[in-house]
Amino acid sequence: MDWTFIQRFTPMYAEAALLTLRMGLTGIALSMAVGLLCCLAQHYRLPALRQIARAYIELARNTPLLVQLFFLYFGLPKVGVRLSSETCAVIGLTFLGGAYMAEAFRSGLEAVDKTQREAGECLGLTGLQNLRYVIFPQALATAVPAVCANVIFLTKETSVFSAVALADLMYVAKDLIGMYYKTDEALLMLVAAYLVLLLPISVVFSWLERRLRYAGFGRAA
Amino acid sequence: MQALDVLLKGRNLARLLQGLWVTLSLSLAAIALSVALGLLVGMLMTMKNRAIRAFCRLWLETIRIVPQLVLLFLVYFGMAKAFDIQLSGEASAVIVFTFWGAGEMGDLVRGAVQSIPRHQTESANALGLTRGQVYRYVIIPQTVRRLIPQAINLATRMIKTTSLIMLIGVVEVLKVAQQIIDNARYDALQAAVGIYGVVFFLYFIVCWPISLAAGRLEKKWA
Repeated sequence: MDWTFIQRFTPMYAEAALLTLRMGLTGIALSMAVGLLCCLAQHYRLPALRQIARAYIELARNTPLLVQLFFLYFGLPKVGVRLSSETCAVIGLTFLGGAYMAEAFRSGLEAVDKTQREAGECLGLTGLQNLRYVIFPQALATAVPAVCANVIFLTKETSVFSAVALADLMYVAKDLIGMYYKTDEALLMLVAAYLVLLLPISVVFSWLERRLRYAGFGRAA
Repeated sequence: MQALDVLLKGRNLARLLQGLWVTLSLSLAAIALSVALGLLVGMLMTMKNRAIRAFCRLWLETIRIVPQLVLLFLVYFGMAKAFDIQLSGEASAVIVFTFWGAGEMGDLVRGAVQSIPRHQTESANALGLTRGQVYRYVIIPQTVRRLIPQAINLATRMIKTTSLIMLIGVVEVLKVAQQIIDNARYDALQAAVGIYGVVFFLYFIVCWPISLAAGRLEKKWA
C-alpha cells in the first residue's frame, strides 16, 4: 500500500465525491417531485395523466440506467439535441428515480385505510385539512422505509455516471488505475469514498424508520 | 428509420440479439446460483448464533452500501492486481452478481420465514402434525408464497444490473449497439438514437413481463 499516493490523491476523490453527492441530491430531489406528481395523478385517477404516469413508471422501472444514459448522451446529440454530462446524469437519475419514488409514495397512500378519510370528514375537516392532518402523516410513515431504500439505491446508481464522462468517483478511480497502475490504492479509496458517503445515510435512515413506526391506525392488526 | 436500415443490414440484428443473450445468460447463471445459495444463507440468517448473524449482517450491509459497479471493479481489476488472478469479465460478473444476489435473496428468505406468525406453528402442533408435517404443509407453503414475488423482483433487478458488465469489457447488447453505431458512423449518423432506443426496448421487453408476473402473484397471494 502506497500511503503517500493515497494522501496525494485524496483531494481528487473528495472533489469527485462532492460531485457525486451534488448530482445525486439534485436527481433525488427531482425524483421525489416527479414521483409525487405521478403518485397523485394515479391516486386521484386523473384521466389521461394517470395512464401516462403508469406507462412511464413501467418503462423506467424495467430498463437499466446505463441504457437510459447512453440514449441521452450518445443517441440524442446525433439528432441535434446536445446535452451536457451533468444534464444527462440528472435527467437519467430523475427518470429512473421518479418511477421508484412514485411506487413508494403510492404504497404509502394505499396503506391508509378508507375509514381514516371518512372519520376525518365526519369530524368536519376540509379536504386539505384531511390530507394534511390525517392522510399524509400516516402515508408518510408507511412510505419512509421504501423512500429511504430508494435514496440509497439512487445514490449507488450514480456510479454509472462515469460512463457519460462525468468525473465522478468511478471515473477518478479508473483514471488513476490507467495512469499510475496503482490498482490497490485506487480501489481502496473508491470503496472508502462510497462508505463515507453511504454509511451515514444508511445509519440515519434505520434510525428514522424506527422513529416513524407508528402508522397503521384503522387496520386490523 | 435510419436505425432500422442499419439494423437490417448484414448480421447486425442477429449480433444485437446475441449481445442480449450474453446479458441474459450471465444474469440467469447468477440468478440460479443466487437462489440456491440464498436459500442456504436465509436459513443461516434465521439462526440464533451471534457470530453467524453478525457475519451475515456485515455481508448484507456491504452489498447494500457498495455499488455493484464498484464490486465489479474490485473483482475484475482488484483480483488481478492483488492476487494475480486473471478473471474474464464474464466470470467476474457471475461472481459479483452471485455475491450480491445471494445476500439479497438470503435476506428475502429470512424476511419471509420470520413473517409467518408463531401461532401457525402452534396451531399445527395442536392439530397433532409432526415436525416434518408442520414444515411440509404449514410453514413452507406460506413462506414460498411470500418469497416468490419478491424473488422475481430481485431477478429483474439483476437482469437490469447486468448492463454494467459492458464497463468491464464484456461485449453485451449495449456494447454491440455501440459497435454497430460506430460502424455506420459515416453513412447513417442519426441511427444512434434509434439503435439505443431499440436496446432500451429490448431490456423493457425482457423485464416487463417478469415484473408483471411478480405483481400478479403478489396480489393473488397477498
